[in-house]
Amino acid sequence: MTPAPVTTVEGRAIALHGHDIDTDRIIPARFLKSISFSGLGDHAFADDRAAAGGRHPFDCPEHKGARILVVNRNFGCGSSREHAPQALRRWGIAAVVGESFAEIFASNCLALGMPCLRGDTGVIEHIQQVVQEQPHAHFCLTLAASTLHGLDHHWPLTIESGPQTMLVNGCWDATGLLLSHGQELSRTASQLPYLNDFSGFALPG
Amino acid sequence: MVTEALAQQRRLTDGLRVWCYLELPFSLVAESSPLSTGTLYDKVWALHRVAELPGGQTQLFIGLHLIHEVTSPQAFAMLGERGLKVRHPERTVATVDHIVPTTHQGRPLADPLAEAMLGALEKNCADHGLRLYGFDSGHQGIVHVIAPELGLSQPGMTIACGDSHTSTHGAFGAVAFGIGTSQVRDVLASQSLALDKLKVRRISIHGSLAPGVFAKDVALHVIRRLGVKSGMGYAYEFAGSCVAAMAMEERMTLCNMAIEAGARCGYVNPDQVCFDYLHNRPEAPRGAAWHRAVTWWRGLASDADAVYDDEVTMDAGEMAPIVTWGITPGQAMAVDAVVPTPDQLPPGERPLAQEAYRYMDLRPGQPIVGTPVDVCFIGSCTNGRLSDLRDAARVARGRHVAHGMKAFVVPGSQQVARAAEAEGLDAVFAQAGFEWRRPGCSMCLAMNPDRLEGRQLSASSSNRNFKGRQGSASGRTLLMSPAMVAAAAVSGVVTDVRTLLSHAKDTGRGSVP
Repeated sequence: MTPAPVTTVEGRAIALHGHDIDTDRIIPARFLKSISFSGLGDHAFADDRAAAGGRHPFDCPEHKGARILVVNRNFGCGSSREHAPQALRRWGIAAVVGESFAEIFASNCLALGMPCLRGDTGVIEHIQQVVQEQPHAHFCLTLAASTLHGLDHHWPLTIESGPQTMLVNGCWDATGLLLSHGQELSRTASQLPYLNDFSGFALPG
Repeated sequence: MVTEALAQQRRLTDGLRVWCYLELPFSLVAESSPLSTGTLYDKVWALHRVAELPGGQTQLFIGLHLIHEVTSPQAFAMLGERGLKVRHPERTVATVDHIVPTTHQGRPLADPLAEAMLGALEKNCADHGLRLYGFDSGHQGIVHVIAPELGLSQPGMTIACGDSHTSTHGAFGAVAFGIGTSQVRDVLASQSLALDKLKVRRISIHGSLAPGVFAKDVALHVIRRLGVKSGMGYAYEFAGSCVAAMAMEERMTLCNMAIEAGARCGYVNPDQVCFDYLHNRPEAPRGAAWHRAVTWWRGLASDADAVYDDEVTMDAGEMAPIVTWGITPGQAMAVDAVVPTPDQLPPGERPLAQEAYRYMDLRPGQPIVGTPVDVCFIGSCTNGRLSDLRDAARVARGRHVAHGMKAFVVPGSQQVARAAEAEGLDAVFAQAGFEWRRPGCSMCLAMNPDRLEGRQLSASSSNRNFKGRQGSASGRTLLMSPAMVAAAAVSGVVTDVRTLLSHAKDTGRGSVP
């Protein structure tokens, strides 16, 4: 299976304010009781939405169909559950822009071909403000340039070169790439002392 | 040139460290490339490097892969869709923990969804020839408890598991970290992952812990000091005389919580304490191989002249029992302090603090001692090992759970349960009014029948106090050490365990009660 390159993500955006929004909030654990990811989209932020009584951004009609999620610091911290980006993706989100992301969350997003781009606090707060004021506006995220533009704005963002390259070149689904190094995998395994009865190794240095 | 860059970065981070109590703009630091050399992390990384990938990531060999019922079924399904096999079936080990009930564990499980997940795990393991430690094995339990006790987790390994608390295994001098389900698929298919190298921050903790202060308190202290975002982009090396004096189970508690500081992996350099723990474990090397292994393991420890991307020093003597007051593990306080007021917090942390006051129904400036508790939970991959149960039993012995309090003890594994029962801890707890349960993740994350109801407030030895974490959307969690949970259980309110440990015999760590 060859994944498609991800060069741009276009559409409406949705702003979600707050630091340290953890994966238990993105998808509460009770929805993980399944052997598939199907149906998770309906339950994204289930408890936060219930607590907000219909006023959660994910329940606002003007955000329905939004593709770019704009968040603050340490988004996706906590559990490693891939169910979190799976729920966002199945709700309709195709890219996340924020001040910072928990690492496991970001790598889970990458494995789904869902870019996570970072921006300075001022940049992110400005994007959130614009998105809230004009929820129907059209935005375009460009991976190669690491920018978001929409209306008359042009915001600089960052993404590490590894994920950027993998997304733009369509090799974000790593399985095939990893399997293509069969000989190298065998060589590494043959040199690991703990896989070889701790015999014939050189001390690490 | 590297030295110069490092010196420059040190100046930057030294400048930032002044703000440790406030707010570290770590994004500034995270932009730079890793500079560390000669650390255990660097050595293990180099040994497991398979190839450099386009874009700069590294393909890293995974020495041990642990799986459980929640994050693996979709990975096996993806494997099947692509017609792929498990490359190294002998290097993946499974158990069932998250969804198991802790009262009755007969099959079929009462919850059909839980039974379906366990059934899928059994089928996937059978189809691919993987070892599964199920209920009948005598070794079932929380994945991060059983792999160490079987001797599977060893120095120098790379260890991955679809669970963020995989950092636990770093206690053995392994590079161990949590992964998502697509990465579980990648490890099953290729025994490797595409990864970016982390930077290394050494956290040196010197001195001795006072009586009543435990490894859990050290972990919560570190998170409170550095913040829940501090570890992004870092591996945390825990060092110093305090860590050297810790038993393996205490080191596991410390490394387990590294992820709550944002560090995907935490580790302790392997030493004699580690080797003594591993000796004669079922999966540890034996005979001549054991001696070769120890020689190799010793050489893996960070060199005396290793270069770190950052260093932080802490004094164990200053540490008190810690309790969380908010909705992240970083919102924590000494048990004898008062809930911080907004003006004591950096501006960036105040909105989350306001959210926490409301959610937790705690007022800034109020003492945490005396707060009424509804449920007490002792267990989890953080604190469900034998020494944790001993610490709690020492407080419970001769006392009784407060009227109306629900208190229960969940051993981390069948082996922990057997060992605890052999020394009579189950009876100590039962006489004190605690329920003695069967092994599982239980109320740490409430994917099983153990959960809070409504606005209940729990005193919990687990690792996360996130909103809704323990199964009720409005349930509230106070994280603390197992001894502190036992103190809350017998008092009915949050209690400084030091006030209950008045006799000399009560204060030793790790000894049999």
